[in-house]
Amino acid sequence: MNVVVAKADAGRALSDVFASARDRLPGLGTVVDARKQAFASYQQTGLPHRRIEDWKYTDLRALMREVLPLAAEPDAEALRRAELVLSSLATSDSGRLVLVDGTFTPLLSDLAGLGDGVTVRRLRDVLDNAGNEARADLLHNGAIVDPMLALNAAMATDGVLIAVAAGAAPARPIHIVHVATHLSAAAYTRSYFTIGVGARATLLESFVAADGVRSYQANDAIITGIGDDADLQHVRLMADAPDAVNISTAIVTVGAKARFSTFNMTSGGGVSRYQGYITVAGEGAEVSANGVNLLKGSQHADTTLFMDHAVPNCSSREIFRAVVDDRGHSVFQGRIMVRPKAQKTDAKMMTRALLLSDEAEADNKPELEIFADDVTCGHGATSGALDESLLFYLRARGLPESEAQGLLIQAFVGEAIETIADDGLRELAAAAALRWLEARR
Amino acid sequence: MPLLEVKNLQVRVEEREILHGLSLAVNAGEIHAIMGPNGSGKSTLSHVIAGKPGYEVTGGEILFKGENLLEMSPDRRAAKGVFLAFQYPVEIPGVATMTFLRTALNAQRKARGEGEFSTPDFLKKVREVAARLNIPQDMLRRGVNVGFSGGEKKRNEVLQMALFEPSLCILDEMDSGLDIDALRVAADGVNALRSPDRALVVITHYQRLLNYIVPDIVHVMSKGRVVKSGGKELAIELETSGYAQFEDAA
Repeated sequence: MNVVVAKADAGRALSDVFASARDRLPGLGTVVDARKQAFASYQQTGLPHRRIEDWKYTDLRALMREVLPLAAEPDAEALRRAELVLSSLATSDSGRLVLVDGTFTPLLSDLAGLGDGVTVRRLRDVLDNAGNEARADLLHNGAIVDPMLALNAAMATDGVLIAVAAGAAPARPIHIVHVATHLSAAAYTRSYFTIGVGARATLLESFVAADGVRSYQANDAIITGIGDDADLQHVRLMADAPDAVNISTAIVTVGAKARFSTFNMTSGGGVSRYQGYITVAGEGAEVSANGVNLLKGSQHADTTLFMDHAVPNCSSREIFRAVVDDRGHSVFQGRIMVRPKAQKTDAKMMTRALLLSDEAEADNKPELEIFADDVTCGHGATSGALDESLLFYLRARGLPESEAQGLLIQAFVGEAIETIADDGLRELAAAAALRWLEARR
Repeated sequence: MPLLEVKNLQVRVEEREILHGLSLAVNAGEIHAIMGPNGSGKSTLSHVIAGKPGYEVTGGEILFKGENLLEMSPDRRAAKGVFLAFQYPVEIPGVATMTFLRTALNAQRKARGEGEFSTPDFLKKVREVAARLNIPQDMLRRGVNVGFSGGEKKRNEVLQMALFEPSLCILDEMDSGLDIDALRVAADGVNALRSPDRALVVITHYQRLLNYIVPDIVHVMSKGRVVKSGGKELAIELETSGYAQFEDAA
């Protein structure tokens, strides 16, 4: 009946949320101006809907239903529940930075374990530091126009600013953990990761929820700068609660002769979108951007990548796999831009979807925009069910149906997981995939 | 009691009847050859015994060790000791041969209520059998049958047979696509599996394979039925006289 009204309400309610949250948001003066500007940018469209081309398959007006108020600062009980989740994560071998309900929590973090050459500040401190030069620029999104990213800048409450010094090579992964312990609230986080010239690091990001938490909203952004000759391996594991909404943005600038490998796995959450804007900005850079969506029930997960080749002699590879069961909906949008100057670009993208039920859906939108004439670019996409002849072969060798399916699904996502060079991180991703499979049986 | 007893089997694929009341009894320790022209239903019979989906059994029964095979899932049949060596073994990219072998063997053992093979015992056994079949170690690390030649694929089937130790092996056109040398290696592997507890059913279009795997009993199939059975000399007779004489008998 009042569907249209209800959708408009979601947009309006959010402006109330901004008005009421403003006093709680860190920063004064120019920071407040930056927030207002960002919110005005958001308000030009409000919650993105299907008539906005970039959000065609992820209509937040339909999917987000309601806008939740800003999450409260975590209290002792929230920290206790967060600690329980952290202890269950099999990632003890990392320098851990923990954000609970959108607030950086030193008590649960392991700053000492980050290693030499790594410094961390928290966004809140930097925005609040009225005495020094205001850092309103931390809330700027550059040339990227996106309503949800604008909203992130307007509402960001906290985050971590991580810097890896030039030439440094911390031995352990730097691990940012987002833990949700709240019910029916929203967290807006914004972090920076810079890695200096010739440095080498691995960054792991995890999104998890405390036991019993089902419904919340998360809007995260991470802005990454990779120096010349640096090497960054990035793995992101999204295992949010079943009814959570997670909208996350990664903005990455890759320097000359730098190597950047990024992998995202979405196996949790109710509605999620991971949008990556990668600018290949220095000659001789190599980028590998890969991902897996593992969906069931009525999960909706959108991976949208924009690979922007701005300079000559760079390569990029994208391998994406979606496994969709029940009424799940997977979206992959891959846009490759090769600007006029970017001769000798070698860019390839391959995406495949495996549909495990009649109602499962996978949308795939590749876009190649090539303005240079001496390039090698290509993309491919497939979608389909599990191969019956392979299933029968495995069953004829004694594997029960679910085990045979599991082995084929593992092999299917394996091709994307194999792109993770770090043994520990690859095993983490493989274990997350296995957990999803075991829960499916 | 025969190991395998097929009684008056009628099978349809979609709307077409392929087997019109086929009967066959195979005892442990015997080697049977099933010969016949293309389209006589040889492969259909092997698929139905292994439990491949897409076939509708409209009449008759199949007993294996006295149990109703048609009520069992394909994996249950494998655990009970039925093994079909595929005419065209599939390629499974991303599943290492070694992983596949171990997963399959342990799944069969689990279904039988036996304990899992320990890793060292398993590896030792695989290496032993692989060496006998001239299968290099690096093949075992590759995806199942991925990039294997025709001969390697068939040897991989024989390797599985040797590992899983089934009591009934059905070899569907094992000679197709193999040259003489590859055929000899595969056949030697099969002959090594002859045992008083095990039966082999060799399905083939040509007599050639039967020079290497010598049958006790030869059946001729035509138009969905067994039309003649005899000793190994029947195969030689067919080689000279051809299948045409049986087209009318069927």
